[in-house]
Amino acid sequence: MNNLTVEAIELTRLYGGREVVSNVSFTVKQGEVLGFLGPNGAGKSTTMKMLTGNLAPSAGSVKICGIDMIENPKEAKALIGYLPEMRPLYKEFTVDEYLTIAARLHRVSSKNIKKAVENAKERCGLGHMSKRLIENLSNGYQQRVGIAQAIIHNPMVVILDEPTVGLDPIQIRDIRELIREIGGVHSVILSTHILPEVEIVCDHVQIIDKGKLVFNGGIDVLKRQRIGNKLLIGFNKAPTVGALLKIKGVTEAEVAENNMMRVRFAENTMPHEAIVKASVKNGWGLYQIAPDQTSLEDVFVQLTFHDAAAETEAEAEAEAEAT
Amino acid sequence: MILNIARKELKSVFASPMGWIILALLMFAFGTYYLNGVNDYFEVMSGAIRPAERYGVTQFVGQNVYGLASFIMLFAVPLLSMRLISEERRSQTLPFLFSAPLSLTEIVLGKFIGLVAFLSILIVYIALMLFTLNIWTDIDFGYILANSLGLFLLVASFSALGLYFSSLTSQPVVAAILSFIALFALMILDRFFAGDPSNTMAKLSLMNHFQSFAGGLIDTADIAYFVLFIATFLILTIRRLDADRLRG
Repeated sequence: MNNLTVEAIELTRLYGGREVVSNVSFTVKQGEVLGFLGPNGAGKSTTMKMLTGNLAPSAGSVKICGIDMIENPKEAKALIGYLPEMRPLYKEFTVDEYLTIAARLHRVSSKNIKKAVENAKERCGLGHMSKRLIENLSNGYQQRVGIAQAIIHNPMVVILDEPTVGLDPIQIRDIRELIREIGGVHSVILSTHILPEVEIVCDHVQIIDKGKLVFNGGIDVLKRQRIGNKLLIGFNKAPTVGALLKIKGVTEAEVAENNMMRVRFAENTMPHEAIVKASVKNGWGLYQIAPDQTSLEDVFVQLTFHDAAAETEAEAEAEAEAT
Repeated sequence: MILNIARKELKSVFASPMGWIILALLMFAFGTYYLNGVNDYFEVMSGAIRPAERYGVTQFVGQNVYGLASFIMLFAVPLLSMRLISEERRSQTLPFLFSAPLSLTEIVLGKFIGLVAFLSILIVYIALMLFTLNIWTDIDFGYILANSLGLFLLVASFSALGLYFSSLTSQPVVAAILSFIALFALMILDRFFAGDPSNTMAKLSLMNHFQSFAGGLIDTADIAYFVLFIATFLILTIRRLDADRLRG
């Protein structure tokens, strides 16, 4: 119980009687990176605002390292670094000035401020931009300043709302590395639209749709769902479905687009080699064999379109948490 | 913590040339009036035959300068206070302050003190300028100090009201216009009730309470009025920001 850094308990938020976030509960452990996914308007940002104390929940509570956000906001906020969707940058300041103010407001002791600023700049690759006005920085560098601001006081929990928006691929890679690095010691919650990103950086995924949590599980669960036991095989002279089904381990076969065959095989079997051998023997003219991946987008769409299985799963989880 | 926010506000005023230009222009205006006052003093006083009509140079010049200062602040304060919160709303930087370990009271007080500190520079300069009269004559220090205190309280009240209007909108210009209108109404309120000075409405006028300071009189009732005025608007501002958090 001690290493839970964030506990959200039945968070609900009403806007004019409409539930934007309803009954969302989850926990984040120390050293965990939680990915927050969801279509536009699903309530991701609202949830993050509630976690950081920018918005009061209509019901439910938030605990940061065991400290209640509503009862002891100052103590709880001191443990959080937050980068909202719109970067809160004072554009009239230089990078150094801005980060110094951020450090001071987050109660970094005055003799450590300089070190904290240097450290944050180095981690976000801002060293050579110290004396530039934030106004004159490019979009990507402004984003880095935003992230530097969130990690400057070495918080227990870093909450980033769409951190890689507007960055170029190299910067995105750097930022992902940074997130992993922070996630190694502290906890990170990030929201994003970019699905592969979740796979790369997150340990834990949550999908939220219309204010409800529809998926909450480890990244490996999502990956398994994604890869499945399927093969996509290309033949020059395609065999019949029956011929494929005779191969040991193959449970299902169908003709797919572009003269390809889609083959499903049983758990714990590896029919790949047998298929290749059969192809050579019968002269099917095999030219391609590859695992058939459902794209993460498909998984996402499945989940957010109220897949029956996902819904029961979410319900079961809600019940488990309620008890 | 309050001082850290005040420091940030002061820094942001001086980060652009705006702060320096405002200081320079206002000091230029006050300096001109000061010089005019000194020049006119002999002409006016030699015209006043009867001794009862004559009064000291401190009061003569001071009246000139402080009269102008209280009037100019009516325009200057809304222009400076307008951006305090509405600019942060517009550029969406408020979450930066809200997610820092600060209470709303600290944020509001910090912003208020930042602005008042900037305006205090002017008040100190005006006082120093008038003290230079001491080089060639004996001046009435008490009169200048009373006026400075009065101007300080007046300016602080203006700032508190400006801060409140700034928290209401995300358009700095709207905030400036609203606070200017409100301040102007409060300033001239006593004119409407000039015939009946005991009227309660006349008592609400800011100018009415500044008058006693302008005459060199430090009255606790007036100090209480200004302090209550400031406290009211600061509390309203805190409540307005809290509503942001509650209603979103």
